[in-house]
Amino acid sequence: MAAGSLVQGALFTVMVVRAGQLRDPGFEHELARQIERSPRFFRNAPVVLDLKGADGFAAAAEFDAARQALRDYTLILAGVQNATPAQVDAAAAAGVASFAPTAAQPSRPRAEAPAPPPPKSLLVTQPVRSGTQIYARGGDLVVTAAVSPGAELIADGNIHVYGALRGRALAGASGEAGARIFCSRLEAELVSIAGRYLVSDQLPAAERGAPVQIALVDDRLTITRI
Amino acid sequence: MAQVIVVTSGKGGVGKTTTSAAFAAGLAMRGHKTVVIDFDVGLRNLDLIMGCERRVVFDFINVINGDANLNQALIKDKRNDNLFIFPTSQTRDKDALKRDGVERVLEELRKTFDYIICDSPAGIEHGAITALYFADSAIIVTNPEVSSVRDSDRIIGILSSRSRRAERNEPPVDIHLLLSRYDPDRVAKGEMLTVDDVKEILSIPLLGVIPESETVLRASNTGTPVTFDGDSPAGRAYLDAVARFLGEQREMRFVKPEKRGFFRVLFGRA
Repeated sequence: MAAGSLVQGALFTVMVVRAGQLRDPGFEHELARQIERSPRFFRNAPVVLDLKGADGFAAAAEFDAARQALRDYTLILAGVQNATPAQVDAAAAAGVASFAPTAAQPSRPRAEAPAPPPPKSLLVTQPVRSGTQIYARGGDLVVTAAVSPGAELIADGNIHVYGALRGRALAGASGEAGARIFCSRLEAELVSIAGRYLVSDQLPAAERGAPVQIALVDDRLTITRI
Repeated sequence: MAQVIVVTSGKGGVGKTTTSAAFAAGLAMRGHKTVVIDFDVGLRNLDLIMGCERRVVFDFINVINGDANLNQALIKDKRNDNLFIFPTSQTRDKDALKRDGVERVLEELRKTFDYIICDSPAGIEHGAITALYFADSAIIVTNPEVSSVRDSDRIIGILSSRSRRAERNEPPVDIHLLLSRYDPDRVAKGEMLTVDDVKEILSIPLLGVIPESETVLRASNTGTPVTFDGDSPAGRAYLDAVARFLGEQREMRFVKPEKRGFFRVLFGRA
């Protein structure tokens, strides 16, 4: 039998009671109240005893006493944590396991608000002036004005220019090969999709100044009239 | 309410200082108390163009550094009581323009002047940025050729994003286009961009078109703002531009090739 199938790992959520609390009458009173309110929750529930900073518990008998004390409240001592080597031995002698110290637990589960989804498209309504760089991270870029020579439009998604595109447009900037570039007037200095590019000189003369869409087909940029 | 106007372009040599001088003189002629400040530290020209280079004692940098007060540095123009010149240092450079010092000076000037014209240096570095930072309005001087238009576009972008008004989300700087050194004959030949070409590329309202004119060189050589020259077409075009700036309607002159009379053809352009 392979070792892997012998033992399976699992995570359990278990109540932790500090050793000091066991000896605290206030704790016992509070515990009794809680159990009265939700008896089923506490019946036979496992408890791990946290021995951090606890002196004593060096003898098996103390663990037996703790086990009994918890039993009085319908709880079952399942193990200890943060035990010193001596305490580990004593616990083992009493038939109580020692758990590895856990990371600090949050005091209550945080209801996390789901993060707002990243904006799907960035809208620019003013002319994009020379020297300006705009990056639409994670989405599309839509420009409803002219883009000057010397300006750079970059988007992880598509780029739409409802105006003259005279600067550079780099779509699919993070590698999205399906991204496209759309513009009302193609006068671009450079167009690129997912890293493949064409400079102004390489654009077909027939499409200069025309409304086009640019797509990556078979690893080559294709320009079609729209 | 005092208005700060920056005259800028990005490109060098297009007519910023000529325009600053002409515009300031034009506003003064219309009765407004006007000061024109030279921001081109180290390469000062405004004092030459205004004809006061022999009267400069203290300058903009002296006042910023507290070595002199405003009244000691301001020079009153001899031709018009409303017109004042604030020259800059020739021995320092643009690093001497401390933004808080400039702010303090402008605030003080706002108390007594109607218009404060900032003659910007060329470029997009510290000097040009400081000149445009406090502006309420801007005049973008552009020549009808591609490099100038490209640079003007750049400086407009910078004005829209790096002026104090932009940083504080206040109403934006009022940006105007001034096309200068316009030669209608060369435009007709296709050697220069047309007014419409430039307007389409820059998308800002046109304040005026200043024709290429020999009177401009004559004016700068004699230290006279060209608007004081009644015979100059450029001077008249600047006065039109000033009128439009003040809200008046003026037809755009000097944009069509002139019909050449016989003597004109014989003796060349005036």
